[in-house]
Amino acid sequence: MYANSLLTPGTGLIIWQAIIFLLLVILLKKLAWKPIVQSLKIREESIQEALDSAEKAKDEMAALQSDNKKLLEEARQEREVILKEARDVANNLKEEAKQDAVKQAEKMIEDAKNAINTEKQAALAEVKTQVAELSLQITEKLLRQELKDEKAQKALIEDFIKDVKVN
Amino acid sequence: MIASQFKRAILASFFIILFFVTAFSNARASSGEGEAFNASEVILHHVVDDHVWHFFDGHYGTLYLPVIVYSEQHGLEVFSSGNFYNDDHKVVPYGNYTLVDGHIHLAADPEAFVLDISISKTVLMLFINAALLIIIFMAVGKAYKKDAKKAPKGMQSLFEPIILFIRDEVAKPNIGSNYEKFLPFLLTMFFFILFGNLLGLLPGAANLTGNIAVTLVLAVFTFIVTNINGNKHYWKHIFWTPGVPLPLKFIIVPVEILGIFTKPFSLTVRLFVAITAGHIVMLALISLVFIFSSYYVGIGSTIIVLFINLIELLVAAIQAYVFTMFSALYIGLATEDHH
Repeated sequence: MYANSLLTPGTGLIIWQAIIFLLLVILLKKLAWKPIVQSLKIREESIQEALDSAEKAKDEMAALQSDNKKLLEEARQEREVILKEARDVANNLKEEAKQDAVKQAEKMIEDAKNAINTEKQAALAEVKTQVAELSLQITEKLLRQELKDEKAQKALIEDFIKDVKVN
Repeated sequence: MIASQFKRAILASFFIILFFVTAFSNARASSGEGEAFNASEVILHHVVDDHVWHFFDGHYGTLYLPVIVYSEQHGLEVFSSGNFYNDDHKVVPYGNYTLVDGHIHLAADPEAFVLDISISKTVLMLFINAALLIIIFMAVGKAYKKDAKKAPKGMQSLFEPIILFIRDEVAKPNIGSNYEKFLPFLLTMFFFILFGNLLGLLPGAANLTGNIAVTLVLAVFTFIVTNINGNKHYWKHIFWTPGVPLPLKFIIVPVEILGIFTKPFSLTVRLFVAITAGHIVMLALISLVFIFSSYYVGIGSTIIVLFINLIELLVAAIQAYVFTMFSALYIGLATEDHH
């Protein structure tokens, strides 16, 4: 009786179930599963994209930061170099100036020495000529004084002759 | 908060069971004071299909469903199943037909074939189930259509994890790369069974997924989908199993051919048995109350039925999952690529 109908599938129910289930698959596929599955895919992709771009932004940020650090480091080094160069240049300039001054002073001293020497030579020469002239004049005056009379002249000649005779 | 929800759930289940018990006591009363309580008849009456939907006794307690019958002799006829019952709710013949144990026969020739496509209790339950599925998932689908990238909310967030579970844990691992083609079928299958199982647990509801015709059709759908999509490896494996010595092939090949049909058969029987057995256990425990007519037994079996009911909720989900999982597995075996 009933137990029999529990285990034997009813024909009508089979027909209804087949029709309804087929309709359900078709309808739900169109109305629900397609949009749902598609949207889930889109959403998953967009989430993945967002995560990826966040990761990328983080990487870029880190790269930028390390770039900044590098730039700063480079700038510092460059400053160091420039400062050092400037200091060197200044030092060189100072040294050169000092040397120039020393050279100039030496040259001036040299020049002065030369001038003094020349002046000295000139003065000495003048003094020599002057002395010679004076000596001549004195000699002239002396000779004139000595050889005023005949006797003195004779005495002188005799003196000479005496000298010659000795020789 | 969870504790209060739990309490509320227990209370609700208790009332549901109470409702069940009262419905039963009426059923018992209707069977007549003089007659002895026949538990097996009552239980079977509740799990099989019927042309009426009996909620409670009394004039308005029974829903007479439309009968649609076709016979060669009388053609197609449509009438209310109420015609089979007289004022005392006794079965009487109507027109050319008689109703015997829920089956319609020709009055003149009980052996003749009658095609009964009535909107029976189970068919009506099928309509309700299908309508519910369409209403719910149309709404869910609309929410997705509106804005795909928006976070889910409401019903969407209730069903999204389940849909994802079917996609990622059932379809993808069992079928492989071309799983998307079969996803609509598997999702429909899963939710049809899940909703049917859960609706069947409601008091007064018909036993849809515990009906062998329903599970048979579902299994046949899987059978058709599997074999239509079976690739040449699948068929070669069946008709000329590779790697087996020739003499053994004479044994293996018939077994493989048999296997094509045992797969849907196991699907059919598994779901049918799991759901019907659950109903029978619950009904049997409730019947104990009427057999012993004792308060102690009443309290005892109510508590046990409460727990069986909770287990049935679990079984409802598990069976839906298992049916879908095996369907996916069979489809996967038939369509997988061999490299």
